[in-house]
Amino acid sequence: MPRTLFAKIWDAHVVHRRDDGLCLLYVDRHYFHEGSFHAFNMLRARGLKVRRPDLSFGFGDHYAPTRPGRDAPTRARDTTAIADPEIRGIIETFEKNAREAGIRAFELADPMQGIVHVAGPELGLTLPGMTVVCGDSHTSSHGALGALAFGIGASEVAHVLATQTIWQSPPRQIRVTFEGSLPAGSTAKDMALALIAMIGTGGALGGAIEFAGPAVRALSVEGRLTLCNMAIEAGARTGMVAPDAVTEAWLAGRPFARPVDIADLRSDEGAAFDAEVTLDAAAITPMATWGTSPEEAAPLAGRVPRPTEAPDAARAKAWQRSLDYMGLAGGERLADVAVDRVFLGSCTNARLDDLRSAAAVLKGKRIAVPMLISPGSSAVKRAAEAEGLDRVFAEAGASWEESGCSLCVSMNGDSVGEGERCASTSNRNFMGRQGRGARTHLVSPASAAASALAGRLVAAGE
Amino acid sequence: MAEPFTTFTAIAAPLEMSNVDTDQIIPARFMRRPRDERYSTYAFHDLRFTPDGAKRDDFVLNRPPFDQAGILVAQRNFGVGSSREAAVYALLALGIRAVVAESFGDIFFSNALKNGLLPIRLAESDCTALRNLVARQPGTQLTVDLPQNLLVAAGSAAYHFAIPDFARDCLLRGLDEIGLTFTLLPEIEAFEAARGTAA
Repeated sequence: MPRTLFAKIWDAHVVHRRDDGLCLLYVDRHYFHEGSFHAFNMLRARGLKVRRPDLSFGFGDHYAPTRPGRDAPTRARDTTAIADPEIRGIIETFEKNAREAGIRAFELADPMQGIVHVAGPELGLTLPGMTVVCGDSHTSSHGALGALAFGIGASEVAHVLATQTIWQSPPRQIRVTFEGSLPAGSTAKDMALALIAMIGTGGALGGAIEFAGPAVRALSVEGRLTLCNMAIEAGARTGMVAPDAVTEAWLAGRPFARPVDIADLRSDEGAAFDAEVTLDAAAITPMATWGTSPEEAAPLAGRVPRPTEAPDAARAKAWQRSLDYMGLAGGERLADVAVDRVFLGSCTNARLDDLRSAAAVLKGKRIAVPMLISPGSSAVKRAAEAEGLDRVFAEAGASWEESGCSLCVSMNGDSVGEGERCASTSNRNFMGRQGRGARTHLVSPASAAASALAGRLVAAGE
Repeated sequence: MAEPFTTFTAIAAPLEMSNVDTDQIIPARFMRRPRDERYSTYAFHDLRFTPDGAKRDDFVLNRPPFDQAGILVAQRNFGVGSSREAAVYALLALGIRAVVAESFGDIFFSNALKNGLLPIRLAESDCTALRNLVARQPGTQLTVDLPQNLLVAAGSAAYHFAIPDFARDCLLRGLDEIGLTFTLLPEIEAFEAARGTAA
């Protein structure tokens, strides 16, 4: 019987199957970050040990300072120099928990430090065919390499640490096919936003998405990571792309990578999906969100919708609430929306490709509003500097900082002010996500750079 | 080890918002703090309090009798967003033990079940009817009966709901998932041996 890629990886990891279909799956790779302290506390409270410290890896990212503090201008990567005692404490706890359990953790000063969903793949720690979990919803990113990867909560993290397994019910399987080829100037981020605008944040609820079609095959691994990263914003538990020669070439030579036979890691001809969604990639133009949910997105060349145009009364009310928060009337052109600042970073869009695409837009020009650039990992930072991107950013007037989650989740002290409007390459435009009262517009790296130059929401080349 | 979850009755509050994401349930800036009694303040913090700390009258959970609510009746996609289990801790700290909604964020749903916060999925029309009922008669109590899989509005209506078997069993018996999984340790070891991944 033909099977999907998802089913093949799932089946290969079933340790125990209950009569009701619930499965105990073996976890090949577990990642954690500073927020893992709840899970380690749960283990401690019960006197349990980490079963397989060799299969877990920690990354300091959520609270990582991106900018040197006033107290320590040259020591942004020194935990002891962090001024805020709560932030310093949570990072110290993370480092201590890892050390006590005998787990390799990439702490702030480690040259391999980075955002877990950037650095994990980059180090070759995520490989095709693996099961990957992390106490972070954007773990779906790792599916870009042909892994079955999903985010879990703290209780589940404790379960994984204690048993190296996780209970899962088989999700609905959805194939999202992007036909045709993406126009120049459009990116994987625009594909993701176009999909979510079409099917909604609940469109793939609890499901496993396999991204397929020529426009997906044509993406770099970086682009695939962006697409799978945003699968969660469509409600999915995971997103994945079948590994191919592009994947193999990308993984070759990475520090922790080992060769994997990918020949059978694809959905068989005739494999059944519970749902199919098809988009025409050729019709996808640069996108931006206008509201407070990733589904509230529109082409940058278009207008902010009016609540009267909503498909139903409930949606009209939600749109009105979003517009009120965003300080928009509805009906205005997105290109007329002025921004106060720009953020280029996050596990969605802070890989070398993303930085190059922004640098190409910024080269030889000056930004009109402040722009914070936080590379996705310390390795990305070094690679960008080796090709001179940091100089392009500096000459344009942008702030080139250290790697971390930064303004995507605003836990490390970086934040957008009340009522301020930020064009951001991150993944969530929720109310208060970038700071209390902050207004977020999600865009691609190229659009973020163009918006920084114009001081308005625009696509590159506009 | 959790207390067995059986039935409970509490005031229900209507939450007339869809896509209530986990950043609204608990803003990220509070998540560096250990789980303690302050979590009740963090719940819906920026919806409940103005920037200078005053209570916002326009938020339903600040208005009596809804400030005593133990059940929320929401719309679609409640708990969408991040994997933060702190969202569940905050709701529990506020005294919320069940949330009724058309749909839930996937990870929130799972986190809730593991902590004894019951996520009850009902049809859109049933959610609307319940919100209307508790808004029209503030202080209306609902009873959650997990053994019977019923949500009951006394003298009005009863709604059947479904909770995944394993999670329901754990809740009803106060069982702990890690403990149950440990009984399967020989199978885990056999899996590791067969795959050559033993430590």
